[in-house]
Amino acid sequence: MRAYLDHAATTPMRPEAVEAMLPFLRGEGISGNASGSHRESRRARLAVDDAREQIAGLLGADLGEVVFTGSGTEADNLAITGALRAVPVSAGGRAGPIVCTAMEHHAVLNTCRAAAGPGSHGLREVGADRSGMVDLDGMAEACTPDVRLVSVMAVNNEIGTVQPLHDVSRLVRTLSPDAVLHTDAVQAAPWLEMPPITAVVDLLSVSAHKFGGPQGVGALVVRNGVPIEAVIHGGGQERERRSGTHNVAGIVAMAAALSATVAERTDTVTRVTGLRDRLVDRLLASVAGTAETGDRSAKVPGHAHLRFDGVESEAMVVLLDDAGVAASAGAACSSGAVEPSHVLLAMGFGKEAAGSGIRFSLGTTSTDADVDHALDVVPAVVARLRN
Amino acid sequence: MSGGVDSSVAAALLVEELGRDRVVGATLKLWGGSSDSGCCSVADVEDARRVADQLGVVHHVFNFTAEFEARVVNPYVEGHAIGRTPNPCIECNRYLKFDRLFDRARSLGFDAVATGHHARRTTTEDGRHQLIRGADPLKDQSYVLAMLGQEQLARSQFPVGRMTKAEVRQEAARLGLRTALKPDSQDVCFIRSDEGRGGFLGDRLPLHDGRLIDDATGEDLGPVPAVELVTVGQRRGMGHGSDGRRRYVTEVDVPARRVRIGTPEAANALGVELHTVTWVDDDRTQLSEAPECSAIAQCSAHGRPVACTVRRNQTGRLSVTFASAQRRIAPGQTVALYDPANPDAVIGSGIAA
Repeated sequence: MRAYLDHAATTPMRPEAVEAMLPFLRGEGISGNASGSHRESRRARLAVDDAREQIAGLLGADLGEVVFTGSGTEADNLAITGALRAVPVSAGGRAGPIVCTAMEHHAVLNTCRAAAGPGSHGLREVGADRSGMVDLDGMAEACTPDVRLVSVMAVNNEIGTVQPLHDVSRLVRTLSPDAVLHTDAVQAAPWLEMPPITAVVDLLSVSAHKFGGPQGVGALVVRNGVPIEAVIHGGGQERERRSGTHNVAGIVAMAAALSATVAERTDTVTRVTGLRDRLVDRLLASVAGTAETGDRSAKVPGHAHLRFDGVESEAMVVLLDDAGVAASAGAACSSGAVEPSHVLLAMGFGKEAAGSGIRFSLGTTSTDADVDHALDVVPAVVARLRN
Repeated sequence: MSGGVDSSVAAALLVEELGRDRVVGATLKLWGGSSDSGCCSVADVEDARRVADQLGVVHHVFNFTAEFEARVVNPYVEGHAIGRTPNPCIECNRYLKFDRLFDRARSLGFDAVATGHHARRTTTEDGRHQLIRGADPLKDQSYVLAMLGQEQLARSQFPVGRMTKAEVRQEAARLGLRTALKPDSQDVCFIRSDEGRGGFLGDRLPLHDGRLIDDATGEDLGPVPAVELVTVGQRRGMGHGSDGRRRYVTEVDVPARRVRIGTPEAANALGVELHTVTWVDDDRTQLSEAPECSAIAQCSAHGRPVACTVRRNQTGRLSVTFASAQRRIAPGQTVALYDPANPDAVIGSGIAA
């Protein structure tokens, strides 16, 4: 028995998405390059445009506001780097600062840090509180009138807490009226109604494989009137905002996955919340020295994050894997080593606590049997590591 | 599995002996800063992972950067600040590979840790473990393992210790391992070749100019840059005396910013005092019964072994007296002791005071 509890890392593809992309992979008369002018190309372009229209509708955006990218990370890079490039440095010479939270995904954090290099924009990283929410007072302090860009995630990828984007938006519009507001909504799209989020930001990133689409497709919503410069140059696809031949099969599958996600959302949310709550409540009750990270009432349904006193999460994921449970110990660096969670550090936890956290993340394919298996396995693994 | 040829072949031999299901590969992420093989040594980790894939075993990367910094890098830097020259490879073996990794292996349910070191472990009939030089005299690494004791040796395996380096490479080639032709690693893993020891230490501690003093006359011979980087026994940069002979560093006094230099004879000493003494087999040390014993000392990774007498002194340290004068041992360096009755067998180690 294996229980896959790492849906926040990636989800199995939805059957609808697989079905949608197969004809394009098989080349059943629609294998053209969407930028060409013959029949095969027109069909590919039609498929991309249909998908764009569908995704735009589901996200609460206009057709022309959706830019397809090769990943959520690329969407974040385009948003941050592209928006900063589009606004010329003021005549005074000094570029205005960037603001983001210290618990952003590295796709945002490291892009902001790169943009904030010497002689360029400074970066203000705003912390979070123990419940897993961005510190709004710190945000207000960071948002001075000269700020050029603010990036605040919609849902934290490790803890699952839904960030108060409406409050952030109001604050940014008031205190930093010239700033572009970006949100990494990669973890929000599987769970939350998106149009209200899109409505309060300028730029929004999503990734297909977090909601049953294929890996290697993402999108950036660029609200009308928000200037953005391309980061990837070439043939001028996506209205000169992102060059490169369209991943037609992937884009079509992304639309199918998002469509199915939205159609089933109410049922999924109810069912997965029940599974997650049972998992967390039972583990808290049965394993002494266990604490839940963040305020559960503020989390999306799929996320559970627990800290086990005296346990190194790097060892725990190995033993869980041996015992048939796929879970996550936080962010991995390029060598594959587990880093102490910067999210927990941003929330004010110490290094030891930040190294003892395990994320169990559920999704549409999660079952009672998965939860039962985890409940069987986790207490024994924790006991063994504490021994 | 460092991603080098020795640990690759060690893994292959283990898989052959025990089967795939009883072996996992582990690579330690030790240094978070830049290195010659790139950030996080990603290329080396990839080599290790691909070898593990080829052997059909699971591969893990363990992040021990915090302990490495605390136990190896910081003491290395702090040692230089007070005129000592610690051996980081030995401290890494002591605290990371044969301690932290052992704990991790045990908690994951493994009985032993194998490494690609060129050394051998033998076990006597009564169950005592011995640490023996590797079969290839040019590649022998018993010196950097000399601080291991019975408890660690009981859970250590060195599968390539019985092979020469040429045999290891042949075996790697025979198995088609991607690391077969990879060059041996050199020097300290956390110091880039383009910055060197001076660049690395210069970024981490203030380096001070000092004065060169004639060891025999006390005469001030002029300035010397960065006394923290000068090592006892060093010849490079010390020039020649009025007698036309080379000069060597005889003493480094960092607080006083003074470096004494002298003739080759002045740079020699008949003995050295050791602290942080370890024994391969506590119960079998001749010192437990006699006030002193004979031994063979090796004072660097590939230094020439030299006969000596070892005596425990009142402070609990070991006094080592060489049969003939040796180049002075820089404080912080490890001295490995071998058994005169079996010159390939390590008996213990200590750090030069």
